[in-house]
Amino acid sequence: MTMLELKGVRTNYGPIEALRGVDVTVQAGEIVTLIGANGAGKSTLLMTICGNPRPNAGMVLFEGRAINDLPPHETARLGIAQVPEGRRIFPRMTVFENLQLGATLSDPAHFDADAAYCFDLFPILKQRRDQRAGTLSGGEQQMLAIARALMSRPRLLLLDEPSLGLAPLIIRRIFDVIADLNRTRGMTILLVEQNAYHALKLAHRAYVLQQGLVVMQGGGKDLLANPEVRAAYLEGGAH
Amino acid sequence: MDSAVALGTFLQHLINGLTLGAIYGLIAIGYTMVYGIIRMINFAHGEIYMIGAFVGVTGFTLLSAAGVGSVALGLLAVLVVSILFTAAYGWTVERVAYRPLRGAPKLAPLISAIGMSILLQNYVMLTQGARPKPLQPVLVGGLTLWRGENFDLSISYIQLFIMLLTLVLMLGFTQLIQRTPLGRAQRACEQDRTMAALLGINVDRTISLTFVMGASLAAVAGVLVTMYYGVIDFFIGFLAGMKAFTAAVLGGIGSLPGAMLGGVLIGLIEAFFTGYVSGAYKDVAAFSVLILVLVLRPTGLLGRPDIEKV
Repeated sequence: MTMLELKGVRTNYGPIEALRGVDVTVQAGEIVTLIGANGAGKSTLLMTICGNPRPNAGMVLFEGRAINDLPPHETARLGIAQVPEGRRIFPRMTVFENLQLGATLSDPAHFDADAAYCFDLFPILKQRRDQRAGTLSGGEQQMLAIARALMSRPRLLLLDEPSLGLAPLIIRRIFDVIADLNRTRGMTILLVEQNAYHALKLAHRAYVLQQGLVVMQGGGKDLLANPEVRAAYLEGGAH
Repeated sequence: MDSAVALGTFLQHLINGLTLGAIYGLIAIGYTMVYGIIRMINFAHGEIYMIGAFVGVTGFTLLSAAGVGSVALGLLAVLVVSILFTAAYGWTVERVAYRPLRGAPKLAPLISAIGMSILLQNYVMLTQGARPKPLQPVLVGGLTLWRGENFDLSISYIQLFIMLLTLVLMLGFTQLIQRTPLGRAQRACEQDRTMAALLGINVDRTISLTFVMGASLAAVAGVLVTMYYGVIDFFIGFLAGMKAFTAAVLGGIGSLPGAMLGGVLIGLIEAFFTGYVSGAYKDVAAFSVLILVLVLRPTGLLGRPDIEKV
């Protein structure tokens, strides 16, 4: 079943047209990754799905329903959660309050279970429960951002460069969690990465975005073996 | 002057200052909360308080005409009605004058606020008349705390009521901001509006509710001041608004405890300046504080530096 479909989406990032007619589909239960250089339009694509900014042209369909005119707090209601670029945790609130905010739309009845699940996934967050989120390390903040998104029990999880600026050990942990969420919870995931190696290894399918256009697509493993992809995004890059 | 009288006088100024400070604090919360969430000084907030006072006078007058004898019941009714009316004004002002300018340069909503302030002043002047409105004392009497030969230290019931109600409201309000989902949503919008929306928080509605909450507290301040001074006019919002704004800046604009602290300090400064220096220049004292704070410590006593994100 098709969960998410972008058809000919054009979106501006400020005065610049960052997406110039993009087609992307995500099937339910898939991990799809979007790789590309800085400024290719990856983050703009994720934000467009959430409704901020809205596309100038094209369609964003979620389970067959057009959502391009919905504001972000409405798209969140449909079960779309985003771990945005730069994490955007609330720095002057505690870890626990950040999780509470993540659960804004969920049924309070399963809050405790969801929080326990997140603490299980990232035990360090339990230790830091009452600490201000701004005092966490980069890796911990990234874990918090993911946990916060999970608190809404999303059906589609959008992740924007979760590995950026993190130590290799933490990157591995985060990619393990992503794989696990997909495998055990059947969560559908759209992952944006510059760390193409990890992302392609993990993904069922992948798109390569270049200057606002999809220039290549295929299975994750296929793109990993593709010489052009290797030359542009893998060789010489950080693994 | 013997030392007992000197102490008594000091304490009397303290009581008067705390009463005044409580009222400034209630108004200041509205400035600070709105600034916190949309980084804008709502210069029409003083007028919101003035409208609260007018609803108060009208309410008390109607009740006494209807022959309602119970002070407690009447007071409660007037407070509730004033809060409802004033909150509606607060909501409308935001909806009409500020929301359309979201995303516009910062100067635009500021000018819109000043326009709103002038509009509301003139609207009240036209509909209610320009002459001061008197009110029969609602709560009379008081306690004499200390009786000297030619000096009594006293606290009136209305002063006591003002201080207690303000204390209760501020404690309740702090809990609301710290513990409830609404308070959390407000703090989230304050820190990162885009992210708050991604989590499903309706940012526009949260901002509206912030205006409603600020206006409600201003309504209480308006009713209290009416009872305290017994006379109001359409222009009281300007000076009180400026003083409360000063209080918010002194405490650190954006900080809730700061607004409360700043309000009390401005009230005390005014009372002591009136008592020991000159009543005619009390406003000069209050606004000198504003200038000094802006020059020496722009973040205020409890504020934190506003770091612009890049």
